Amino acid sequence: MDVDDKIIVKNLYKIFGPNPDKAMTLLGQGLEKTEIFERTGMTVGVNNANFTIRSGEIFVIMGLSGSGKSTIVRMLNRLIEPTAGEVIVDGRDVVRMSHDELLKFRLHSMSMVFQSFALMPHMTVLENAAFGLELAGIEADKRRTRAMEALAQVGLEGWEDSSPAQLSGGMQQRVGLARGLAVDPEILLMDEAFSALDPLIRTEMQDELLKLQEQDKRTIVFISHDLDEALRIGDRIAIMEGGRVVQVGTPEEILQNPADDYVRAFFRGVDPTNVISAGDIVRDTHPTLIKTKVGSLRAAQELLSNSEHDHLYVLDAKRRFLGVVSSDSLREAIAEHAKDNPIDLAFIKDARAINTADSMQDILPEVASRNWPIPVVDTDNHYRGVVSKNRFLKTLHRTEERLDEQQGEMNAA
Amino acid sequence: MIVIIGLIAWRASGVWLALFSVITMTLIGLLGLWQDSMTTLAMVLSSVIFCAIAGVPLGIIAGRSDRFEGFMRPVLDAMQTTPAFVYLVPIVMLFSVGNVAGVLATIIFAVPPIIRLTSLGIRQVHPELVEAAQAFGATDWQVLKRVQVPLAMPTILAGLNQTIMMALSMVVIAALIGAGGLGSPVILGLNTLDIGEAVIGGLSIVLMAIVLDRITQSMAKKR
Repeated sequence: MDVDDKIIVKNLYKIFGPNPDKAMTLLGQGLEKTEIFERTGMTVGVNNANFTIRSGEIFVIMGLSGSGKSTIVRMLNRLIEPTAGEVIVDGRDVVRMSHDELLKFRLHSMSMVFQSFALMPHMTVLENAAFGLELAGIEADKRRTRAMEALAQVGLEGWEDSSPAQLSGGMQQRVGLARGLAVDPEILLMDEAFSALDPLIRTEMQDELLKLQEQDKRTIVFISHDLDEALRIGDRIAIMEGGRVVQVGTPEEILQNPADDYVRAFFRGVDPTNVISAGDIVRDTHPTLIKTKVGSLRAAQELLSNSEHDHLYVLDAKRRFLGVVSSDSLREAIAEHAKDNPIDLAFIKDARAINTADSMQDILPEVASRNWPIPVVDTDNHYRGVVSKNRFLKTLHRTEERLDEQQGEMNAA
Repeated sequence: MIVIIGLIAWRASGVWLALFSVITMTLIGLLGLWQDSMTTLAMVLSSVIFCAIAGVPLGIIAGRSDRFEGFMRPVLDAMQTTPAFVYLVPIVMLFSVGNVAGVLATIIFAVPPIIRLTSLGIRQVHPELVEAAQAFGATDWQVLKRVQVPLAMPTILAGLNQTIMMALSMVVIAALIGAGGLGSPVILGLNTLDIGEAVIGGLSIVLMAIVLDRITQSMAKKR
């Protein structure tokens, strides 16, 4: 097991109906969900799910209604009892926990935010936020302080004594979120938490969640049927169809390489330039020069004359990006100064690097307006390679071609 | 006693109900039925208290278990529809005539509504709220105490109100087996064809019912 792996789901099944064993046998014989329903009247909720959720990531489980995503998330804390399989959280199998162990696990390790908010109407906002702490038997003073902190985190100071019914939907879900955060869980399950909110508030809440996630990293399992939401907040996405997990990967991976038609159909209509980032298309094709104490114009000239490229990227000893040199700028610099002068004299003036996380949309102006391939650096400013105009257009062309193909199939069908 | 009833009504609702209760009870006193009305009140309250003690837990069990609900339903139907005279005979045989037998018959007739409405109240609690409590690690007892019972309370109190009304409606029948109270003038009037006597008894029962109904209803509303 990897240290980073927080939740491992192995061969997880859920059959709804009076005789799950029979349905399991039929599944073993390779029958489909619909056939099993016709023959036994039992519903296959989740069919052999396997995936791993890493510590500190936002893992989105996406699918249409009835795809089993809400069932899966409820099996993580055993609100729904799995028919077969394992859910391993920090090395412990939740499925095999005793009742007491399970209660303790729910009290301390995992909390949940619901689509319908599920706030207690007979309690105040503060009491709701403190609900998990109350169940855990924390003394009144402490749980008040902790709940107030959680409410402050979601921007609800001053509302402690209101009743939930007095709040708007968005604010109610903030209370739901505060209730989840107050127990300080390592894992937060969010079941379509923002689906009931109107689009503007939804985006606001997504930003809020990302902000909270930056402050302290929790492992978040987020259920959604909304692709935009999944792409916006998800570090990785699992796509479900008819109880099966069809594909797991980062948004870019899934977009560039959909596992089947179902996934492809899901991603139809998504603008690829919003999803694919500079980091996905960066290539380390161009020559680099490490500038040590003597990084001179002469060294650069030699390197460039031996290369088929026109541009040279200058880095420091730690591979941090310093500047770009072209054969032209080099020639000019040598004409003015002696060859032994430092390379900085030949740097192209407006050259700046873009970040790996920038989307194709973000970097388009930079790529289009410069006549050198744009250098890409990661968050620590380490040089990762370049994005050339050619590479940019090819990527665009490829994804568009794929979209056209789907459109064609659609029309044909 | 009038003052106490007035105070309870004042606490439960306000000045108007308090005033109404005091006037009504004084009226009963002026009709010369004060003793009988107090006997009836005592009988009704003791049967209702027993109904609540037995009925609420039974209702909670029925609310949480479909099997128990399935078992209880025909029993409750039987208790409500069997004519009281049918079980009066064995009760009298076991406990002889008097107040005890009267209270017992009242309980059999009056306990179903509180069981039914408690069960209904528990079932009406949104399943998501129960699920949310469970997701945060609540034990069954905590779910019951912090979520289900508080949210079912208005319905449970409506059941209590119905139970009180049913208990009052048994007063006349209880009088038949020798229990005292406001039923006796009615029975007496019936036997001697004294219309006035029966009407006075009946009127007092109705007035008392109105007072108790208003007080318990405003208690339920206040929650």
